[in-house]
Amino acid sequence: MQEFLQQLANGVAWGSIYALIALGYTMVYGILRLINFAHGDIYMVGAFAAYFLARAMGVGTVVEASPLVAAAVLLGSMVICAALGVLIELFAYRPVRRSSRITALITAIGVSLFLENAGIRLFGADPKFFPQVIAPRTIALAGGVMVTNHQIMVVVVSVLLMVALTLFIQKTRTGKAMRAVAFNRDAASLMGIPVDRIITITFAIGSALAAAAGFLVGLTNPKIEPLMGIMPGVKAFVAAVLGGIGSIPGAVIGGLVMGISEYMVVGYISSTYRDAIAFVILIIVLLIKPTGLLGRNVTEKV
Amino acid sequence: MSGARGVIGTVAAIAVVWAIDWAGSRILNPYIYRVLVLCSINVILALSLNLVNGITGQFSIGHAGFMAVGAYASAAYTVYAVPLMLGAEASKGGWVAAAAFLLAILVGGLVSAVAGFLVGLPSMRLRGDYLAIVTLGFGEIIRVAILNIDAVGGARGFAGVPQRTNLAWVLGGAWVTFVLIRNLMRSYHGRALLAIREDEIAAEALGVPTTRYKITAFVIGAFFAGMAGALFSHYTYLHTNSFTFMKSIEVIIMVVLGGMGSLTGSILGATLLTALPELLRFASSERLIIYSLLLILLMIARPQGILGRREVSFRSWFSRRRSRPTPAT
Repeated sequence: MQEFLQQLANGVAWGSIYALIALGYTMVYGILRLINFAHGDIYMVGAFAAYFLARAMGVGTVVEASPLVAAAVLLGSMVICAALGVLIELFAYRPVRRSSRITALITAIGVSLFLENAGIRLFGADPKFFPQVIAPRTIALAGGVMVTNHQIMVVVVSVLLMVALTLFIQKTRTGKAMRAVAFNRDAASLMGIPVDRIITITFAIGSALAAAAGFLVGLTNPKIEPLMGIMPGVKAFVAAVLGGIGSIPGAVIGGLVMGISEYMVVGYISSTYRDAIAFVILIIVLLIKPTGLLGRNVTEKV
Repeated sequence: MSGARGVIGTVAAIAVVWAIDWAGSRILNPYIYRVLVLCSINVILALSLNLVNGITGQFSIGHAGFMAVGAYASAAYTVYAVPLMLGAEASKGGWVAAAAFLLAILVGGLVSAVAGFLVGLPSMRLRGDYLAIVTLGFGEIIRVAILNIDAVGGARGFAGVPQRTNLAWVLGGAWVTFVLIRNLMRSYHGRALLAIREDEIAAEALGVPTTRYKITAFVIGAFFAGMAGALFSHYTYLHTNSFTFMKSIEVIIMVVLGGMGSLTGSILGATLLTALPELLRFASSERLIIYSLLLILLMIARPQGILGRREVSFRSWFSRRRSRPTPAT
């Protein structure tokens, strides 16, 4: 039982990170019907942006590690990645928006390869050690479960960001416009909604969330390298599909399912099957419910 | 192709292929020879994926999984089954070994076709991006499963597979793949596949059994991918790292770059994409950055791929009597 709860706690922390990345996938997909393959690499850039920001601020030498410093690093890397996301949309995705979807997909893969290889060139291929912006501590929970304060922070920050995102989408004018564009882009445009600007905002928000995930990963597993985004990127996308792509609560549920099931496999079967379990669950879910857990059923029209 | 001309063509092609290999292994330096072999294997992969993605209009991103199945099945066959059947005879080379290798390629293709059938089954219920992600999932599951089979080396890689592949085998394989898929495309069944691509509901309404054809496309595509895998496993070090989803994506890029639905486009795309990273070697550490930028620029400049849906043929160069291309939607 204690073992189970321990794996559950680890899985929830790791799943929150998947969920944050999956949100960006699902938002972009909802609006553009584009699988933004570069999203996992934006998460990598987020981790590196936080790394360099923390180094530039002199964390550990000039300033003490504190929650305030961590918040500054987090916000800084979110802003940097939001700008990167907007630039990518402007220079790579906008020119192919009128082309077929597979063209857009290949462009996204091109951007992904570009970010990875530019990352190797700029940051070096060897792993970097993420500075300790918050001193690590282990906390014992009820039932003998041990968690680190970093893991708690991962969950808390993720929940805060998800609540903020939901409020933004449900309550603000821009959020309403985003829902309208996702529902029907042409009709939204006819109603006077500035579609291009809404798409830009979507990329900015999605990329900022990926940056937050990158920062949080840097906290919990402090080894970062330019190819770290590939596998989490794919799995977060699987999480988004699992939950029903285009659905924001679906992305969160999908991310948590993925994170928990991975830790259960590591704990009870073998860590070599870790990369396969996500896909096994995905295939089972899709065969039972072809549009994911919370996906809308799209009726076929002639 | 009428009977007699077909036979003459086949014999001539085999002669040309062996001549190229004979000359190639003597004239070309080993590096270029190796690039040519890998290039031909990629041509087979691109052609077979084009059957699923370009011609039938499905979207598979698990092609590396089929390649892995073919590679490991054929390698296991050569390492474990052939010595049992032929004894020491097989290890000497010569005609017996060549026949055993041919059989190994077929084994790789057939086992992979079974996997293709299993992966094709969800296409009855899923479409579009959901199908794509399931094929990706199957590809990764296959890779992880192989990684956990100790008899084929697991994480150590499969050592001791005899190196039987040469340029003649891969060129021959590419040629066979091209001819078979081209003939399929021109047949009644090929028209049904194209109809599914153009409009699945309309095709269904006209009496095309769409599910059966979609699964058939997956099976045939997987067969040739398995063949490519068999050629690959008998050429170079065999490890599951060669079959990650990045390999599947690489093949998709080849197909899209050449033009979805154009077979000659796939050959062009596979050749370009294999050669391009090699040609960019002068730029050493920047070469993959240049490569990715070129990919983005090409997609912006020519979204339909280099050839679109057109085919290039020698006949059309000589007599300009080319039939109109199939109208694009």
